[in-house]
Amino acid sequence: MTILNRKVFRELGRMRGQVIAITLVMACGIMLYVSSRHTYISLLKSQESYYASYRFADVFAGIKRAPASTAEEIAGIPGISRVRTRIVMDVNLDVPGLDEPATGRLVSMPERRRPVLNDVAIQEGRYPAVGRPEEVIISEAFAKANGLAPDDWIGAVINGRQKALRVVGIGLSPEYVYEVQGTGSIFPDNLRFGVIWMARDALGAAFDMEGGFNDLSVALSSEAREMDVIDRMDLILEPYGSTGAYGRDSQISHRFLMDEIIGLSVSSNFTPAVFLGIAALLLHIVFSRMVRAQRDQIAIMKAFGYNNLSIGWHYLKFAFLAISGGTLLGIVGGFLLGRPLTALYQDYYRFPDLVYELNYDVIALAAIISVSAAFLGTLHALRSAMSLPPAEAMRPDSPAHFRPLAMERLGVHQLLTPVWRMIFRNMERKPVKTLLSAFGIAMAVAILVMGRFTFDSIEYLIDYQFRTVQRDDAAVVFAGPRPARARFELSHLPGVVRSEPYRAVPVRLRSGHRMKQTSINGLDPAGELRQLIDRDGQTQSLPPEGVVLTRTLADLLAVREGDMVAVEVLEGSRMQGRLPVSLLVDELIGISAYMDNRALNRFLGEGSTISGAYLSVDPLRADALYATLKETPAVAGVAVREAVIKGFEDSIAESTSATTFTLTVFACIIACGMVYNGARIALEERNREMASLRVLGFTEREISVVLLGEQAIVTLMAIPIGFLIGWGLCYLAVDATAQELYRMPLVITGKTYAFAFLVVGAAAVVSAYVVHRQLRHLDMIGVLKIQE
Amino acid sequence: MSTVQTEPVFRARSISKVYRMGEVDVTALRGVDLDLYAGELAVFLGASGSGKSTLLNILGGLDVPSGGQVYYREREMTGADEADRTGFRRRSVGFVFQFYNLIPSLTALENVELVTEIAEDPMTAEDALGLVGLQPRMHHFPAQMSGGEQQRVAIARAIAKRPEVLLCDEPTGALDYTTGKRVLEVIEKVNSTLGTTTAVITHNAAIADMADRVIRLRSGEIVEVYANKAKKRPDELSW
Ligand SMILES: Nc1ncnc2c1ncn2[C@@H]1O[C@H](COP(=O)(O)OP(=O)(O)O)[C@@H](O)[C@H]1O
Ligand SMILES: [Mg+2]
Repeated sequence: MTILNRKVFRELGRMRGQVIAITLVMACGIMLYVSSRHTYISLLKSQESYYASYRFADVFAGIKRAPASTAEEIAGIPGISRVRTRIVMDVNLDVPGLDEPATGRLVSMPERRRPVLNDVAIQEGRYPAVGRPEEVIISEAFAKANGLAPDDWIGAVINGRQKALRVVGIGLSPEYVYEVQGTGSIFPDNLRFGVIWMARDALGAAFDMEGGFNDLSVALSSEAREMDVIDRMDLILEPYGSTGAYGRDSQISHRFLMDEIIGLSVSSNFTPAVFLGIAALLLHIVFSRMVRAQRDQIAIMKAFGYNNLSIGWHYLKFAFLAISGGTLLGIVGGFLLGRPLTALYQDYYRFPDLVYELNYDVIALAAIISVSAAFLGTLHALRSAMSLPPAEAMRPDSPAHFRPLAMERLGVHQLLTPVWRMIFRNMERKPVKTLLSAFGIAMAVAILVMGRFTFDSIEYLIDYQFRTVQRDDAAVVFAGPRPARARFELSHLPGVVRSEPYRAVPVRLRSGHRMKQTSINGLDPAGELRQLIDRDGQTQSLPPEGVVLTRTLADLLAVREGDMVAVEVLEGSRMQGRLPVSLLVDELIGISAYMDNRALNRFLGEGSTISGAYLSVDPLRADALYATLKETPAVAGVAVREAVIKGFEDSIAESTSATTFTLTVFACIIACGMVYNGARIALEERNREMASLRVLGFTEREISVVLLGEQAIVTLMAIPIGFLIGWGLCYLAVDATAQELYRMPLVITGKTYAFAFLVVGAAAVVSAYVVHRQLRHLDMIGVLKIQE
Repeated sequence: MSTVQTEPVFRARSISKVYRMGEVDVTALRGVDLDLYAGELAVFLGASGSGKSTLLNILGGLDVPSGGQVYYREREMTGADEADRTGFRRRSVGFVFQFYNLIPSLTALENVELVTEIAEDPMTAEDALGLVGLQPRMHHFPAQMSGGEQQRVAIARAIAKRPEVLLCDEPTGALDYTTGKRVLEVIEKVNSTLGTTTAVITHNAAIADMADRVIRLRSGEIVEVYANKAKKRPDELSW
């Protein structure tokens, strides 16, 4: 080994505390990058292969009822390569062991197994036997939530008749990677909603649809234009009560999965970038200090004929060695961490198999990123080492120059003891260094805020959406529009305290070339169970005319209050018309539209018709009520609020705790790394001062105030800055993940700030203590013997 | 100050000091006996490496001997622990080193106040600076002062707490002729006006002429002790 290399290793050993700090921060950044990138690629690949193997369709349409011949017409549309017609029906289920009613989505399957679009991947059991109408496959999530296995029986109300279904298989489908019922409830409630695949003949007979179908999915050839195909399909399907064809973009499972994958792609670059920035910052601080301390050595090497390049390379080697451990740790750890991280997604995005494999591009990129971070972090130090003229360097570093600064001008120094004046002047003299250290710690604070923000946001979202906006205990959906008097039948049921009818109509809203498919909810103007809340949190009364849009929907359509929107009704009369936007409201979930139900009935040209009702329920009699509703054929579904909230919380809580925990650990590492390094460098740079003070009779405790006081102030300074940066990061995160389906509100509670404060404070105290202990080894005599 | 023997402030009895340097032992002091008397100005002479600093550091409680005993007044220092020695330095000893070791972030006045703040019965920092003739420059930072001026601040800092002993290790080592003499004048003044027992280390034999007593070391042993019959004023010295 050359002497210079030996020097590198020896000095790295001497700086091991700092090297460990750099290693850990680097490892965190690389680990986050490698794991989230692997997760991202894994989900993307799993989705791709799943869609391909089970032939996920490209365009979908729901119809009231169409004859089989229509399918041939559709198949004739240029660009369509395959067509599949199905019967799809939501029915009430009676699941053993479940009190509330559950909803089953019956989906028809060919009598004999053959490859079809939106095929079922059987995970367990078998395909229903021919001539066995009672045999069904149920979705895995539903089976797991309810503890159902092959050979179990469930009851279903099919076309008004109670039927017993025998589970023979457990399956998955690319259509239901994310298994939710539809626009009304967008969070999985696997206990109360499940997909049931059953033989077409049995289903057709039960719903009097032999030969016909009410659901269509098609695959497109590669050159097809989706918009054109949708237009042609709508034209053909219109007479049969189509609710409008739509592409994968509006298919709810695909949409959720894509949002998740895109979000992951953003965050897999964003968060690691923050960590690597901090690692670079740390390297910058450590190496600038090192080159400053080694001025004389650099001068001597230069005097002996080493050129600038070899000096630069010498110090660069330090940096590369310092980061190599962290990079390696990060790559290995990241790959290992990615697997359980990916598995977490599997709880609500279900794939038959997850493709998780080592991705060499990611590894290579990780290495490039960490080398770049090292290079960036040491750039300043390298430049000053290389530009140092040998003669200049032989002289000691220009003496620390102190002038009266802001503190003196303000006169505050008179309030301080000499020790505190030392502390403040040192900070004032090197404002850039002080700010950089504060910035590093602030980033740790910010990461903690960001990590816990998700909890706050979701808590607020649930509270706002399910307690302020939606105040009903349960929402009943009828199998189809009913006359208004149906509400009285509901309100007389035992346990119903209050019932408010609503009329929901599927529509397409257009403004200019912008179009959005949703439904208009006609509300009872005297109702209390649905609140319209504006941007300022004020409750608004329902305008008697015009349509109320949620702000997200209005933004998508680019309309404001007073503008007109074109409305195309997708059921019954299929009429078209225009409505003024009378009010904008703020909701965090979905893209809803509301109207006064009388105005809606008028607009539709129908009498008083309702689609369901919002119920206020006596909690003591709730179970009995849900049991009754379960048996009621006219009721297609019941959404119980507490169940919806619980399902949501359960599904989100696990993944959120995992991320928050990881981020907390990483933030602690950063905080410790920054404080430890700051104190270590202060100790090295100022050991002469420390020694002088010890000689003058200051105790160890007293001089550690001088040393650590600065770190304490920097940490305290960093905390509010960190709060601000954290807020900013949350703002960006909210912005990046704003989706049609739901939006995270930018709410950060005091608890989160307190948490960040305490964690960083504790990390700072621990690192300070470690350095404080090193003060014991301060060599008073040795230091003072040496020329300054 | 006369050479009339007052009671000893320090008594060192057969002290030795061995530094372990890996495999080899370096003996810095081998059985030194020494008394330092109240109020005297003693000069320690000797070549580089003869053990002067080691001896002074042990007397001042910066270091501990490997063998022998040191008494300060009636107290045995040899058994004192680090906390005791810190307290001892805090109360009783003023140090001046070749490199001034001022705190760069504090002004001259504040460097002195650093000590007056933790002392029991200090003079004011202004008075201490007055004594070394630096009152007009008391608001200057170390970087704004010459080496000689910095050394005088260091002396002011050392004496401000009215220590019983002032220990100076090569105080003029880094200074030129004129400034060096100016610093010696200040040391002499402190010794004569405050009566502070003073020990000055030097390898410059000419300086010995200002001492009450001269102690010469060679290879870790005291080889000669003599009293100056006619002690010179620093301005009369030349080298
Ligand atoms: N910390 C130390 N470690 C090892 N040897 C030392 C140490 N300090 C001093 N010495 C050795 O002790 C001897 C006396 O040193 P010192 O008291 O500094 O001499 P002086 O001050 O007279 O020049 C020298 O040989 C020196 O090398
Ligand atoms: Mg010496």
